[in-house]
Amino acid sequence: MSTGAVGRAHPRLEGREKVTGTARYAVEYPVDGVTYGWAVPAAVVRGRITRVDAAPALALPGVLAVLHHGNAPRLAPGPDRGLWLLQEPAVHYRGQFVAVVVATSLEAAREAARLVRIDYDAGPHSTVLAADHPGLYRPDQVNPSYPTDTAEGDFDAGYAAAPVRMDATYRTPAYHNSPMEPHATTAQWRDGRLLVHDSNQGAAPVQATLAELFELPREAVRVVAEHVGGGFGSKGYAKAAVVLAALAARQVDRPVRLALTRQQLFGPIGYRTPTIQRVRLAADADGRLTAICHDSITQTSTIREFAEQVAVYTRSMYAAPHRRTTHRLVRLDVPTPFWMRAPGECPGAYALESAMDELATAVGIDPVELRIRNDAAVDPDLGQPFSSRNLVACLREGAERFGWADRDPTPRARRDGRWLVGTGVAGSSYPARARAAAASATARSDGGFLVRIDATDIGTGARTALWQVAADALGVPPERVEIRIGDSDLPPAGVAGGSMGTASWSWAVIGACEALRVKLRQVPGGAPADGEVTAEVSTADEVRDQPERPRYAYGAQFAEVRVDVDTGEVRVNRMLGVFAAGRVVNPTTARSQLIGGMTMGISMALHEEGVLDERYGDWVNHDLATYHITGCADVERIEAHWIDEQDGDLNPAGVKGIGEIGIVGTAAAITSAVCHATGVRVRDLPVRLDKLIALSPLA
Amino acid sequence: MQGGPEQETTTDERHSSRVAFEVNDARRELTLDNRTTLLDTLRERLGLIGAKKGCDHGQCGSCTVLLDGRRVKSCLILAVTLDGRSVVTVEGLAGPDELSPLQAAFVAHDAFQCGYCTPGQICSARGMLDEVARGWPSAVTGDLTAPAELTDAEIRERMAGNLCRCAAYPHIVAAVRETATTR
Amino acid sequence: MRPFRYHRPADVAEAVAVLAAEPEAAYLAGGTNLVDLMKLGVQRPDLLVDVTRLPLDAVEELPDGGLRIGATVRNSDLAAHPAVRRDYPVLARALLDAASGQLRNLATTGGNLLQRTRCVYFQDTGKACNKREPGTGCAARHGQNRDLAVLDWSDLCVATHPSDLAVALAALDAVVEVHEPDGPRDVPLAALHRSPGEHPERETTLERGTLITAVRLPALPAARHSTYRKVRDRASFAFAVGSVAAVLDLDGDVVRDVRLAYGAVAHRPWRAYRAEEELRGRPFSPELAARAADAELAEARPLRHNGFKLPLTRAITVRTLTELAEGARS
Repeated sequence: MSTGAVGRAHPRLEGREKVTGTARYAVEYPVDGVTYGWAVPAAVVRGRITRVDAAPALALPGVLAVLHHGNAPRLAPGPDRGLWLLQEPAVHYRGQFVAVVVATSLEAAREAARLVRIDYDAGPHSTVLAADHPGLYRPDQVNPSYPTDTAEGDFDAGYAAAPVRMDATYRTPAYHNSPMEPHATTAQWRDGRLLVHDSNQGAAPVQATLAELFELPREAVRVVAEHVGGGFGSKGYAKAAVVLAALAARQVDRPVRLALTRQQLFGPIGYRTPTIQRVRLAADADGRLTAICHDSITQTSTIREFAEQVAVYTRSMYAAPHRRTTHRLVRLDVPTPFWMRAPGECPGAYALESAMDELATAVGIDPVELRIRNDAAVDPDLGQPFSSRNLVACLREGAERFGWADRDPTPRARRDGRWLVGTGVAGSSYPARARAAAASATARSDGGFLVRIDATDIGTGARTALWQVAADALGVPPERVEIRIGDSDLPPAGVAGGSMGTASWSWAVIGACEALRVKLRQVPGGAPADGEVTAEVSTADEVRDQPERPRYAYGAQFAEVRVDVDTGEVRVNRMLGVFAAGRVVNPTTARSQLIGGMTMGISMALHEEGVLDERYGDWVNHDLATYHITGCADVERIEAHWIDEQDGDLNPAGVKGIGEIGIVGTAAAITSAVCHATGVRVRDLPVRLDKLIALSPLA
Repeated sequence: MQGGPEQETTTDERHSSRVAFEVNDARRELTLDNRTTLLDTLRERLGLIGAKKGCDHGQCGSCTVLLDGRRVKSCLILAVTLDGRSVVTVEGLAGPDELSPLQAAFVAHDAFQCGYCTPGQICSARGMLDEVARGWPSAVTGDLTAPAELTDAEIRERMAGNLCRCAAYPHIVAAVRETATTR
Repeated sequence: MRPFRYHRPADVAEAVAVLAAEPEAAYLAGGTNLVDLMKLGVQRPDLLVDVTRLPLDAVEELPDGGLRIGATVRNSDLAAHPAVRRDYPVLARALLDAASGQLRNLATTGGNLLQRTRCVYFQDTGKACNKREPGTGCAARHGQNRDLAVLDWSDLCVATHPSDLAVALAALDAVVEVHEPDGPRDVPLAALHRSPGEHPERETTLERGTLITAVRLPALPAARHSTYRKVRDRASFAFAVGSVAAVLDLDGDVVRDVRLAYGAVAHRPWRAYRAEEELRGRPFSPELAARAADAELAEARPLRHNGFKLPLTRAITVRTLTELAEGARS
């Protein structure tokens, strides 16, 4: 019996705490005898520390310790050398944390960090991605485990034979996740056990990493992440803050709060790699694709391979007999790039969807129609039918809602005073996957239920969505259900990432609730008279045994922009997205997720750019005054809609995940709109006025 | 273990000061390291965690509080300067049992996701609405000498000092608009 | 941040005397720039002299029609002042285009004029900067310099002055009232800021320890037809990549008087005297405005990444003056 909680709009459960300032984030838990950690970044790009002089720092009142490779507690080498912090004199990139100061006040910690004297032997370095970098290589696989290259048919021959060809190279700069809450941790050791309140996207993986690094049984590590101030991928695994805090707390035998500074978030916590993408498309005179090739070049660090799956998007998006995708990588003396909202799909879609727009112009076909014409009936990559594919429905409904029908494709044809106006469209898709998870459901004698799962709500609305799912699965009004998440003491579940959270977690929650109902049937009266009845399940077997098949969410993004004809300033008049993402559990929080993703796409298209200085090997614009993210004044009208989609081949809740698809395609829709408005195709993001000022009649 | 839940003052007398000011209508008197910002005083000395540290350099707005009724970024204010002044944080906006209209509107419109910038957004909106009531113009006001009208474009501009990476902006605008028109 | 003493002086004379006696002291006003730079380790005073409670927070309308603005008047109060909105819209608009509501509530008139460059190399103590540490070199000269100067830079420094307010004040021929150890003095705004030259660490012509006490605006009826146009990389809350403050007074079609100043192009707010000369006494046309901008920018030397500032500054000059001219005619 469903109570109809799923599908109903509901304000997020923790709303009151968040608007009254009582929701506690990582460094906001009261702890006795608290101390403060402050990380010290390396001042060279590549080299070795030859000397650390901590004396001036230690001489300050309130300073308890300066940890560095010469005195820090030892760590076991874990899977990520980037986390093997303060263990070796080697410096692998500028900004690598090479020391931590611990003091009894933030003021003392900040000043002491400045006073730690570190001498280095610095070597030559390479920090700039280039298409002809001598270090380019072919990785064995790309994130997370896709084949590096694919080929179907004969691209070269197909391309050469086609009447219409399009060949363009697109570049995206480094992007920084920039969650509003920095990576931050409160770490406490007690009787050999480690407790951390940490800002992350998954307590269990952080727990596992800490256990490995500190050589502890997992049960000896507890990770709490009840409220998390955003992550966008950058908090998907344990990062430096939690390791440094735990090291420092062990060293001084007191609790340590350690938050990275805003400046320290530009690099060491991961970022989206810059990309250089060549896309070649060939089509017949009707715009039917005959050949597609997408070649991606990205960077990784010297300490860990992260190969962003940039061209994977192209493998399954549009059909063509001849297809090829490749990924090449170069190891630079930079921090390791990592996940940022829709890794792979986001930059990949920018290139492919832009290329589709360029092809539409080349063949003289409307860009919506071009995409409809090249829709794939079966997955071009796997050769299997999709579990559901509603790209065309999204395009059609989006075109209708947006008012696309009478669009004059002529560039620079629409004006509004001194503004040039243009519209653009892009398709989008994102895989619908699930991970194994465990959950428990408990019936209490008072008629209430408690559902426990180590899910994380980084702002996605997961807490509320799971609560709704649980109510329906238990067949009770949601008011009788309590949900507890964000703690590694709860039944283990995976990271909030890859748009897999709700799919994975709801699967376990439904399983636990159903198992509880079975148990309760054995109980007289169907409810415990006193005490509790609990059922716990894991979906490991079911998820593992789910047949492989192409499962994707789809979307269509529409943008209208205006460009100041005199200055080249770009504004987005409106954005509209229509998505096919399976069942929508909570329209309120779902809309926020989709709009948030689309807005981050605006940010990518127009505002964000990590500007690297090759000589220093780091991003010079490492704060929020100079690394611009989209602000309130930049978002005028933005709408997210979804089509009713039932897909029985996903997971018990029928959801596809919505955290990432909103950003996929957005930048292409905007750059195509800019091209429509101005006639200028910007192929290196962001679109900024300096790239359009040449148009100005006054310039 | 030493000390309490508060951070210690780690300077000598020359570099610290006795400061008395009001926070959420309660008088507070503290000895503070002169270096301590209002933000760190609230968070690390007074246990008021509502004001958030997003950038610590006045670039994100998460730390916004009201100082003598005006919205300010508390990360750039040295607490030593505040003798005799009055601070209101997000904790001081709600009544004992009910949310203020702005807070309720933020919940109703889902004007946040991760919630980290939210207290700053709400304090900023509170201060901004008072600025509008005083007739202050903004950068998008057409006629500088006419009374201020709170269009959506005005709200967007006036709230531009509060970044939200989750990008709840349209919902923030809706919540502010609703509060402005119903109060 | 280095530990520092804190002092609240009773009056201006005491404030100036304290600064004179303390070589490492600094005035604290709104703090929006100083506290930021102290956290970064760029500035390390050992004594802060808090001037915000001195009686310098009044805006007075002067008998001659001018305006006297106290040094600690907050940017938001100044922008909202009826006389500023009515008589000096260029000033109100420059203030409103700057920073954010919260920062404008803190930032003061005097502090705004003395704010330091936003050059990213100046702000990072790990990078070479002659302004921050004379003799260390200018990393920006051959580094990432999109936001930096196109006019009047030296090989030692290519920083720009970040203030919007100062650009408007430059156009308005404002006079800065200062109190030096020897007593009060008037400094024309145009003479307040220096070119970087051989000493980029010296940003103003003021002696160390001088306190700005007020800014005086001469009566300028033409300023009722004035405006400020700022171009930046997002819609709001960003420093300028180009800006123009303009006052235009037409007699029929002929330019009777014009005041023009540029932001984001040089180490100081850039009064465009040459452009004004081109314009004055001639019938206004967009073409004339373009020629005027060209005359002003003739000696510009763009850096590797900021060549766009020339066409941009030219475009906003023409556009802004043309709009003012159209407004005057209608």
